[in-house]
Amino acid sequence: MSTATSLVKKIEESIEIPSFAQALIMKSVQLVGIPLAGILVFMLLWSTAAQNIDTSLGKFPGPTAVWEQFGNLYNEHVTSREKESAFYERQEIRNAKRVEADPDYVPKVRAYTGKETFLDQIVTSLVTVMSGFLAAAIIAIPLGIAVGLNKTLNTAVNPIIQIFKPVSPLAWLPLVTMVVSALYVTPDPTIPKAFLNSMITVTLCCLWPMVINTSVGVASIDSDLVNVSRVLRLPAIKHVQKIVLPASIPMIFTGMRLSLGIAWMVLIAAEMLAQNPGLGKFVWDEFQNGSSDSLSRIMAAVVVIGFIGFLLDRVMLQVQRFVSWDKASAAR
Amino acid sequence: MSVLLDISKMDMVFPTPKGPFTALKGVDLKIKKGEFVSLIGHSGCGKSTVLNVVAGLYQATTGGVVLNGKEVNEPGPERAVVFQNHSLLPWLTAYENVELAVSQVFGKEKSKAETKEWIEHNLQLVHMDHAMHKRPDEISGGMKQRVGIARALAMQPDVLLMDEPFGALDALTRAHMQDSLMEIQNELNNTVIMITHDVDEAVLLSDRIVMMTNGPAATIGEILDVKLERPRHRLALAEDPEYNRLRSEVLKFLYEKQRKVEPINKAVKVVQETTEDAA
Repeated sequence: MSTATSLVKKIEESIEIPSFAQALIMKSVQLVGIPLAGILVFMLLWSTAAQNIDTSLGKFPGPTAVWEQFGNLYNEHVTSREKESAFYERQEIRNAKRVEADPDYVPKVRAYTGKETFLDQIVTSLVTVMSGFLAAAIIAIPLGIAVGLNKTLNTAVNPIIQIFKPVSPLAWLPLVTMVVSALYVTPDPTIPKAFLNSMITVTLCCLWPMVINTSVGVASIDSDLVNVSRVLRLPAIKHVQKIVLPASIPMIFTGMRLSLGIAWMVLIAAEMLAQNPGLGKFVWDEFQNGSSDSLSRIMAAVVVIGFIGFLLDRVMLQVQRFVSWDKASAAR
Repeated sequence: MSVLLDISKMDMVFPTPKGPFTALKGVDLKIKKGEFVSLIGHSGCGKSTVLNVVAGLYQATTGGVVLNGKEVNEPGPERAVVFQNHSLLPWLTAYENVELAVSQVFGKEKSKAETKEWIEHNLQLVHMDHAMHKRPDEISGGMKQRVGIARALAMQPDVLLMDEPFGALDALTRAHMQDSLMEIQNELNNTVIMITHDVDEAVLLSDRIVMMTNGPAATIGEILDVKLERPRHRLALAEDPEYNRLRSEVLKFLYEKQRKVEPINKAVKVVQETTEDAA
């Protein structure tokens, strides 16, 4: 009996293996093959379209030109770094010599003032977007909770949110610039004004989705859970901490992901105008430069901007998966 | 025994866009310590409203509730509620759900070890000690409701309020839960007010069955004393003439005296079916 059943099992397993392998192939085709095909078709369309567009700066860059520029941009970064270390080395030698000649001499170290490379600009952009986003989150989440808990506050604040939500960053920027230069007056600013301008613009634009989603999340908590809290007579702070916050975590994250997407979009525009040394400035400088490589370098920046935007969203999703109890809402 | 909970001359009027709607009119009920009272009536008759006023979640328009000589005007853990849909916090384990209640109600009265022991004791009482550290989405509906009961019991309430606690469960699980509840009642002898739709459940569990008339302006129609000996066993009771008499009393009240006017055909059918069952 037992040998018979084990035999049946064995046969079943041996049948299952090829079907399992087949399923695996099918799945990998679906996961990798189809998106890859999509990208290939897009590349093809792009390169044929590019060849037919003539601009005053030459032909529109196709995929190959952009790919070349990635190499160039990286090489420029490497040479710039070499120049920088060579500069500091020279300076050190010079200072050492002067100290040798005159022991009372206090050596001065001057900073390297070369142009930021593409990689530096990516880093600046990331720092700016994250600071603007964090500032917005620090304001928006508590505000959203307060608005969600209090109907009167909600009716008071809602029209303001609705009016400011659709405002373009380009409209805020001149105001922000003037306010920052009026209020932030130090002879030797540790934080550059251009950085502050773009950061605050980002904050102003990505505040709203977080406020709205948080308040909706808080307002739509299951009334049974609120009743549990009332029966237990949880004090207000504990009510927020133990019931409101965990219950609205999925909605808060929805808002945060929307906001981060907006923040990244807004940042590029803000950097263009504020001349904050980030990707936006890179695009603007290349446009002003107007060399035959400019368009392909801008296109390279476009690809990088898109890729980073995608990565930021994925990172946010991972954070949500880590923090949220509701794994279903963090599925996509 | 003395009266523990006194509901007197309770009226409940809800404001609606069409004008005030009187849900309850002149509800009077006195409940003694250790009594198990169930409220039965057609849906929409205001059973839940009565319970919510006792819980303090609603405020009666006139009249009110006195518990232990004190007027009830806000919710509190001395009137713990078991909600129909368990209402456990989905991000906490069974243990943590009970812990939230225990630490809030007893706070520094109990040491850490005592708190832990008390939580575990209550989860054992509802036979949930094997799944203490599971989250609500990892356990079945009946188990969730058990944890909900453990949470309420752990508050050591003066009155335990249950709002159709087994209404969302399948028949077999419900029977199981009723047996568990009787077992717990046997041990703790709590004062309980339970809302139910289920005639058998009412007769099986209660000391008194409070039958409510249909709304609007619903009130208490009749009160039935259930003097069946405890412990009760559902199988033995099925043959018991007194049990069947009580059962048909409730059915008569619900389907003859307080027949819902709207779905006449449906109601008649149910009466036929249930009387067949009884016979």
